[in-house]
Amino acid sequence: MTTTTASVRRDDTSTTEVASLPPRPDPSRRRPQLGRPLGVGLVGLWLSVLVLLPLAALTVTSLGDGVGGFWDAVTAPVALASLRVTVLVAALVAVVNAVMGTLIAWVLVRDEFPGKRIVNALIDLPFALPTIVASIVLLSLYGPNSPIHVHLNATQPGLWVALAFVTLPFVVRSVQPVLIEADREVEEAAASLGASNWTTFRRVVLPTLAPALISGTGLAFARAIGEYGSVVLIGGNIPRKTQVASQYIQQQIEIDRPLNAAAVSVALLAIAFVTLFVLRVFAGRSQRREEDAQ
Amino acid sequence: MITVVDARKNYGDFAALDNVTLDIPAGSLTALLGPSGSGKSTLLRSIAGLEQLDGGRIVIGGRDVTGVAPQKRGIGFVFQHYAAFKHMTVRDNVAFGLTIRKRPKAEIARKVDDLLEIVGLDGFQHRYPAQLSGGQRQRMALARALAVDPEVLLLDEPFGALDAKVRADLRQWLRRLHDEVHVTTVLVTHDQEEALDVADRIAVLNKGRIEQVGDPVTLYDRPANDFVMSFLGSVARLGGQLVRPHDIALDRSRERAEALDARVGGSPGVVEAVVERVVRLGFEVRIDLRTDSGVRFAAQVTRAEADALGLADGETVYARATTGPDAAELHPALAI
Amino acid sequence: MKTSTGARLGLRTIALGYLVLLIAVPIVLILVRTFGEGIGAFLESIRTPAAISALNLSLLIVAIVVPLNVLFGVATALALVRGRFRGRGVIQAVVDLPFAVSPIVVGVSLILLWGADGWFGGLERLGFKVIFGLPGMVIATLFVTLPFVVREVEPVLHEIGTEQEQAASTLGASTWQTFWRITLPAIRWGLTYGVVLTIARALGEFGAVIMVSSGFPGVSQTLTLLVHSRYIDDHNTYGAYAAATLLMGLAVVTLLGMTALDRKRRTT
Repeated sequence: MTTTTASVRRDDTSTTEVASLPPRPDPSRRRPQLGRPLGVGLVGLWLSVLVLLPLAALTVTSLGDGVGGFWDAVTAPVALASLRVTVLVAALVAVVNAVMGTLIAWVLVRDEFPGKRIVNALIDLPFALPTIVASIVLLSLYGPNSPIHVHLNATQPGLWVALAFVTLPFVVRSVQPVLIEADREVEEAAASLGASNWTTFRRVVLPTLAPALISGTGLAFARAIGEYGSVVLIGGNIPRKTQVASQYIQQQIEIDRPLNAAAVSVALLAIAFVTLFVLRVFAGRSQRREEDAQ
Repeated sequence: MITVVDARKNYGDFAALDNVTLDIPAGSLTALLGPSGSGKSTLLRSIAGLEQLDGGRIVIGGRDVTGVAPQKRGIGFVFQHYAAFKHMTVRDNVAFGLTIRKRPKAEIARKVDDLLEIVGLDGFQHRYPAQLSGGQRQRMALARALAVDPEVLLLDEPFGALDAKVRADLRQWLRRLHDEVHVTTVLVTHDQEEALDVADRIAVLNKGRIEQVGDPVTLYDRPANDFVMSFLGSVARLGGQLVRPHDIALDRSRERAEALDARVGGSPGVVEAVVERVVRLGFEVRIDLRTDSGVRFAAQVTRAEADALGLADGETVYARATTGPDAAELHPALAI
Repeated sequence: MKTSTGARLGLRTIALGYLVLLIAVPIVLILVRTFGEGIGAFLESIRTPAAISALNLSLLIVAIVVPLNVLFGVATALALVRGRFRGRGVIQAVVDLPFAVSPIVVGVSLILLWGADGWFGGLERLGFKVIFGLPGMVIATLFVTLPFVVREVEPVLHEIGTEQEQAASTLGASTWQTFWRITLPAIRWGLTYGVVLTIARALGEFGAVIMVSSGFPGVSQTLTLLVHSRYIDDHNTYGAYAAATLLMGLAVVTLLGMTALDRKRRTT
């Protein structure tokens, strides 16, 4: 019988063969596995020293006089006013971005006109441009020497323009790819069922864009509440009127009130984190819905 | 010569290799055959050193390489998805192992040219992998693996990502290449036809264990168990026994069928069935049958036999196994 | 959706009008004001000792920050993609953190950690001045540019998988050789893109740097600080425009580089 089965082979060879095998090499010659944990440790250390420790120092300082001290620092009238201005202006700018960003993305995707590529490239400029340059650029048109006699210097509209400038790409660049990928047959189906353009947009297109639109708007909001460079020249830094939180923090450091600065910083961070957290939860949910639909 | 002794590998609770022991003779072309998840790729990757065993030993050419890094095992490995170095030309891909070994430039150039000629890629030296077809990329990967004169050549589903025609061509080509180069070769595949076609030895794996090792003819004709039988080629269940469709004979007369069946020791007996469909596949004819109890099976006969029987749908026939006593010995009848 | 010609023109007008008023006109205006007085005036304004020193300082910071970011960025991306260890989620979150932190808050945090009265204030008493010195500006820039290299390299590493690296190791390449010959060339465009983003941000960072710099002209002023101080302290509006134009030129070069790289990255 020439057939060999595994069980037979295993039984009759393992004893005889193992004896004739070469000696086992010294276990110390095994592949070193040390490199990876070391690399991870180094990365962890780097991130800790660079990012986590400073933020820990910030948080600890903000609680230097206890939770009461923190609360007093954040709710001091000027501090609270700066936070209010920051959030309101950022929210307004986010809404403007949502509308104008979607509109611009729409025009860039569905419309054809000469120079479209240049316009498309222009969208990224605010990301590439240093914020202080944005400030100077806007001041040249809307500042004291305005050739069109629009003076937004040291007014809230000045803040709007500055923040709209630096946050422009967020919504455009998140909505644009979704519009490109969007299935136009769905729109045609809606039209064939008698839906007007506006209805089709509201009931068919907008729901598809919603995740990208909300994410872009949220990112724009998060960026706007922390912005400093673009508002520092045009904002005017008038307490209770145009002073934003980052300017208030900077001022508190200058007059050597680190606790106040740290407390408002923590408040600002908290707002940003909550925004990003809500976005992440939302993104997770809509992604799951999409997966379920497939 | 590769020896694997008591190889064990677990992924969490899943035993990818469950005490596998296997000898692969020098100069052979051995196929590791099994369904996905059978542990065949894990075994190959363990031989290469790309996976670390949880227990057991691996010996290549008389050297225990169990804890040795893949770099120092003297192997050549070919991946299913080619693993072509995308940023290098065909030439640089093939030369890679030799460059690492700091061989003289002239030697590298000569060797690379030779290999590219063997794999039929001369003239493609300066192309990038992206400019090659799947089959060409895989031949480049083979040349790359052979360039370092490996003691053993390990191929992990090398033709799995290619379409059927190219796959069949490359199979023949690999067989011829192996006859020329004679390097000990281990090929992982889930395709029984590929294993039967190309390998001179086959190890069938299932659930992390080896079911049977042998040459293709033995495995096909004398499978050690039902798993090996059904994995290598198609089977029909006749009276509770597994039988190859071409080992089933049909008769219109019960008496004649029973008389002939009596000569075959240990056969499952004569089974009455109704013809459901007669399918002519060129030279062969497949006859789909159904028993009273609703069990469906197929018999495969030649065209001449089919014409002689002259069967039509709905007619009753008597089926019997034609294989000899060996098959009966290997398959103690399994009652359903 | 078939929009009527009227509606399409209307939408186009609104979109372009918004972009023109917000971006195009201000930028054209600043160019007109910069070069309106001749190229000579512009050159003179960016060749003052303070301006040259600011450019040098900005480039010096870039020269320190980029190699560090490349080194640790690639290491972090490798750990995140290839590593299977506890705390990966934490590292993921920490890498994204700088995107969410206001530059001013970065500055404050660094002062509270490295400043004379901070946790590491001892360093300053030992004579190693971080805040109001070059190290502070470098650390602030590192903080804000941290995510770029990691986030550009990470998806590329995911995409190339480990097969090429395994192939290299079966061909005899050591871990180090595999990294240099296989991994690095495979991630080169993603890495370059990350570096370009890092350079752009490092040159343009203002809020975090102004907090930790002493801001002396000719000593510790970067280009962005120069723009600010010329406008605010010196009331030298023209000088501010000229310096801003210089920065804008650098930004446009970066933008062009990014566009070219983006195309390259997608095709290879």
